[in-house]
Amino acid sequence: MEQTEADLIAAVLRGNAASFEPLVQRYSPRVFATARRYARRESEVEDISQEVWLKAFEKLKSFRGEAPFEHWLMRLTVRTCYDFLRGHQRNRESPFSDLTEPENDWLERFVVQPETASENAAAAKLLVERILERLSPQARLVITLLEIEDRSVKEIAQLTGWSVPLVKVRAFRARAEMRRILAKMATDKYL
Amino acid sequence: MNIAELQTKLLAAARANPPGDRVPYAFEKRVMALLAARAATDPLVLWIRGLWRAAVSCAVIALLLGAWAFLNPKASTNADDLSQNFENTLLASVDQNDQAQ
Repeated sequence: MEQTEADLIAAVLRGNAASFEPLVQRYSPRVFATARRYARRESEVEDISQEVWLKAFEKLKSFRGEAPFEHWLMRLTVRTCYDFLRGHQRNRESPFSDLTEPENDWLERFVVQPETASENAAAAKLLVERILERLSPQARLVITLLEIEDRSVKEIAQLTGWSVPLVKVRAFRARAEMRRILAKMATDKYL
Repeated sequence: MNIAELQTKLLAAARANPPGDRVPYAFEKRVMALLAARAATDPLVLWIRGLWRAAVSCAVIALLLGAWAFLNPKASTNADDLSQNFENTLLASVDQNDQAQ
């Protein structure tokens, strides 16, 4: 008979570590999908996901069962992703001279006729990833949660541990930062 | 170039292309193996294991000594002799005074 989540967690807390494996199997897709929003390389995605599960095991005693386990796990995942972003800040100031041809074409199309530049184009996806990589960790986290995953400010506050006013301030600054990066890209491309 | 519109379009592109949720083969097995290895090498776990072993050994020794003391008959009344000697020593000075008088 399939054990419930509560049974599995109780078993792990009693010392039966093997009961943790079904939880890892059940929720790893969600963890991996979230990690892929913040890391491009698959090796980094795997490292983040592994770190999430190791932390989840260590901190399982702190799970009180008031909310679903998935919510608790997602909080841990988001915070681990944020730690990863802070620890892997790459050079964000380099010029946009290495845009690929599809990316350049998409931008050209956007400049001439914005409605013809499709959001579904692979080039658009590559461009947005490039822009997100240049954001500061805070900005990237907020933009991803608020604008891309369409979460509410209250949800973001719960996931990150930030207060609601702080989320709003960081969201405002993140949008401004993204616009500055886009302006720089336009300048580098056309001047 | 309309930067605000570009921002809107690019964010829409990100929403339209969510990342995959594929999990590498046997990932959960790797996680479990890591957890098992961590438990084995954690210094606190090793310390606790050592303490438990010491506690069990001490309990066994205490039981054996208790059993030996219980089962061995009393060899002499050394304890009685000792208490009598102690009393005699204490009262010796009083006895001497009595004799002197």
